[in-house]
Amino acid sequence: MISPPLTKNDFKTDQEVRWCPGCGDYAILNAVQTVFPMLGIPKEKFVVVSGIGCSSRLPYYVNTYGFHSIHGRAPAIATGIKIANPELSVWIGTGDGDSLSIGGNHLIHAMRRNLDVKLLMFNNRIYGLTKGQFSPTSEVGKVTKSTPYGVVDQPFNPIALALGAGATFVARSVDIMSKHLIEVLQRAANHKGFAFVEIYQNCNIFNDGAFDHLVDAGIRDEHLIALEHGKPLKFGKAKDKGIKLNGFKPEVVPLASTPDSELLVWDEHDPSSALPFFVSAMPEGTMPQGIGVFRDVDRPTFDGEMAAQHANVMKKYGAGSLEKLLYEGDTWKVG
Amino acid sequence: MTNETTHKVRSIEQVVIRLAGDSGDGMQITGNEFTKTSAIVGNDLATLPDFPAEIRAPAGTLPGVSGFQIRFASKDIHTPGDDPDILVAMNPAALKVNLPDMRPGKTIIINTAMFVEKELRKALYVKDDGTIINPLNDHSLSNYHVIPVDLNKLALEGTKEFGLSPKESLRCKNFVALGMMYWLYSRPLEPTIAWLRDYFKGDKVNFANANIAAMKTGYNYAETAELFVEQYKIPAAHLPAGTYRNVMGNQAVALAIAAAAKISGVPVFYGSYPITPASDILHQISKYKNYGVYTFQAEDEIAAICSAIGASFAGMIGVTGSSGPGIALKGEAMGLAVMTELPLVIIDVQRGGPSTGLPTKTEQADLLQAVLGRNSEAPMPVVAASSPADCFDRFLEAVRIATKYMTPVVFLSDGYLANGSEPWRLPDIDKLPKIDINFRTERDGFQPYLRDPGTLARVWAKPGTPGLEHRIGGIEKRDGVGSINYDAENHDSMVRLRWRKIYKVADDCAAPLMAGPERGPLLVLGWGSTLGSITSAVEMAHAHKMPIARCHLQQVWPFPSSLGAILSRYDRILIPEMNLGQMWRLVRSEYAVQAYSFAKVQGRPFTTGELFRKIQQTLELPAHGSSHPLDTKLERASEVAADVSGG
Ligand code: SF4
Repeated sequence: MISPPLTKNDFKTDQEVRWCPGCGDYAILNAVQTVFPMLGIPKEKFVVVSGIGCSSRLPYYVNTYGFHSIHGRAPAIATGIKIANPELSVWIGTGDGDSLSIGGNHLIHAMRRNLDVKLLMFNNRIYGLTKGQFSPTSEVGKVTKSTPYGVVDQPFNPIALALGAGATFVARSVDIMSKHLIEVLQRAANHKGFAFVEIYQNCNIFNDGAFDHLVDAGIRDEHLIALEHGKPLKFGKAKDKGIKLNGFKPEVVPLASTPDSELLVWDEHDPSSALPFFVSAMPEGTMPQGIGVFRDVDRPTFDGEMAAQHANVMKKYGAGSLEKLLYEGDTWKVG
Repeated sequence: MTNETTHKVRSIEQVVIRLAGDSGDGMQITGNEFTKTSAIVGNDLATLPDFPAEIRAPAGTLPGVSGFQIRFASKDIHTPGDDPDILVAMNPAALKVNLPDMRPGKTIIINTAMFVEKELRKALYVKDDGTIINPLNDHSLSNYHVIPVDLNKLALEGTKEFGLSPKESLRCKNFVALGMMYWLYSRPLEPTIAWLRDYFKGDKVNFANANIAAMKTGYNYAETAELFVEQYKIPAAHLPAGTYRNVMGNQAVALAIAAAAKISGVPVFYGSYPITPASDILHQISKYKNYGVYTFQAEDEIAAICSAIGASFAGMIGVTGSSGPGIALKGEAMGLAVMTELPLVIIDVQRGGPSTGLPTKTEQADLLQAVLGRNSEAPMPVVAASSPADCFDRFLEAVRIATKYMTPVVFLSDGYLANGSEPWRLPDIDKLPKIDINFRTERDGFQPYLRDPGTLARVWAKPGTPGLEHRIGGIEKRDGVGSINYDAENHDSMVRLRWRKIYKVADDCAAPLMAGPERGPLLVLGWGSTLGSITSAVEMAHAHKMPIARCHLQQVWPFPSSLGAILSRYDRILIPEMNLGQMWRLVRSEYAVQAYSFAKVQGRPFTTGELFRKIQQTLELPAHGSSHPLDTKLERASEVAADVSGG
């Protein structure tokens, strides 16, 4: 039976969306509902899993299977789901607090294992649902409800963290750049393995404008650099600057005096994560922040390897007999 | 090996032996081999391994002593015995640690090679002035039958031909001791020879041969050196007809996990993080990949349970296993399983606590944690295994309840059951309980919280099923449709609904194990691993014509619906527990009855003697009386044993 192709409406639920008006989460939900019907995956094969936080309401608004779990644990729940059924397309909606703070351990281990799930990390650099405490991505000095004199701890760089933990697909996009976001989500969906997608997301209630200095239409070309495979890294409103490697150090150079051949040519498939790491670590403010795909490499997936091991054992020994398991070995008979 | 001996062979009913040495001396292996061989010759038996928490505490020291007690008999027995008839002490520390448990007149085999100044000093056999005490020649052992043997020398000589280093040769000394015990109790060597050949295969075959030679050296030495006045035989026990194997509690759980997958036709997912004394379950079932068993060694305890919850959501039987500290970490996720009404079994192999506590010792002090240890109203059924073999049946029962009622279930075991062993009459595969699981596929009328009116279980619809897409989660929801709902009345009714569902299990669970008269002056109420000790003590009381009864709970929470009436038929209730009265508290609060508590938290099981004595004493106390667990007076087990005598 051929069913009609799925549309965005198929992925909408009857639940009233309860994010604050103007929240960046709406744009992300829209991108998810746009991408899902494009993937050729039947609706019932999607599972959206989340932890706790504003971002973690995502499952309620996507009409697929969904599991809204507890704080930080979505990757662990997703691991069980993927082992139980590797054919499912499992997506995790999470935030900077949920995934980098309380759930940090699950996140890094899911990435090192290369569990085949897609994780969308809504990074708003604040705790929204608990009403305005600083998060592990908040900037030093930020005044929040729990830091009246300013944050003193250093933030995580989520992309660097994902690269360090061995994620096989690492990308960044921005809530309001819907075309870019949809492309990145499609790329993530098509990646076999762990896809880590950081999405700059504006929390207009507790951290409004956190990314204005990077993403406002007037200035964003000066502050964001699109990472495109096989192309030299260039940016600037007038496309007049580029990135060159000086030893291990990326530098901004004027294109007027630098030939393309000296620029860093982006290679998202490099088996080493060193290069994307250097670029992810370019300081915010003085250097542009990468958007797009930092890394996309092939590695066997955890759930795939596990299924293969089961199949091999099954092939080698055949389906186990309970009778044999209980009755073989050091047994004896009475009577 | 045939036994052409001129020794008198005396037939006896039962023996308790304890093998003790440094944790590097291989006492657990020796004990396990002796156990297996005794099982194969048809004895009933019970074992009590006792090992230190450290993998290798400094050699020769008191904390490094590792012991293994086994009781084997030609009659039906329920415990590993209160005190040993014979102790093998491989070094001074082993003697020092175990001597207090030995009653006068009993036999002690001592490895004399280790009773030298350096070793004596490590075992603190030192006077205040710093001079050494050697118990071999200071008459302190004059009340015992001491058999001195140079096991080191025998090991070196017996393995000469294999070209081992002296250190390697000395490592065979536990097999010399094992050989001697095999001779003394007329056991065959073949099962251990077969095991050694299998264990040291290929290029390690030399070690197999050396250990076999060491064992034969001990066997022959016992015979020719006339170490013992008598040789014994313990005939096979009259156990019910059937096929038997010896089984430890953790092994029985592992086998039950494979059985659950087979019987139900639904794979089992086991998420776990290594922790003593539960890890052996993970080790064993990791081999069962062709039985529909999936294992996941998670990054932590929380991931272990969350992955199991995820697997349950996706249509496997989720199981997670740990010990008390790990269960504490899992608490929030256990509440999630309550809220999402997914089937899940949480195995708690209890150990001494709180915190890290006594990791290798046994305790029953997680009862209240299992019943109540979560935020808010998060009820779940709790079942408890009462013997190593019962771990099999009880685990299957936990799976049955979890899948029938769509609820998490706690399965309680403990260190004593996990590592202790007993002969297990293997079940008829066709007669194993049925576990019927029906996944919802029908679209018409589907709602995620649609319930079976009888069990109140909600439907189980797994991802991948067309048309049944739905969302579940930890937020309160409206029944049926499952939409988020924060209304006051709705919450109240959902909390009651979840409790009512769990109370249904009270009418659909394993009945308490009863023994003795239907009414009378005293009921001993127990649960979990104390069954063996309580049964032995009650049998002893019956032999003394005391008309007392025993009631042992297999279903621990909610209480079986028959329990209230049972309690009302006795004048006194005595509740022995390896904790500070947790069941005592539950029973009193649930039924408003008075009860005497007998609490022991020493990291080891009750002895028959101390329980018997407590029964005697309680019969003298007022009817319908109560005593607080803190007031329990404990005496030294060996003194009670000497008084009460027998077992
Ligand atoms: S608090 Fe912030 S992140 Fe949360 S819904 Fe409101 S705007 Fe969005």
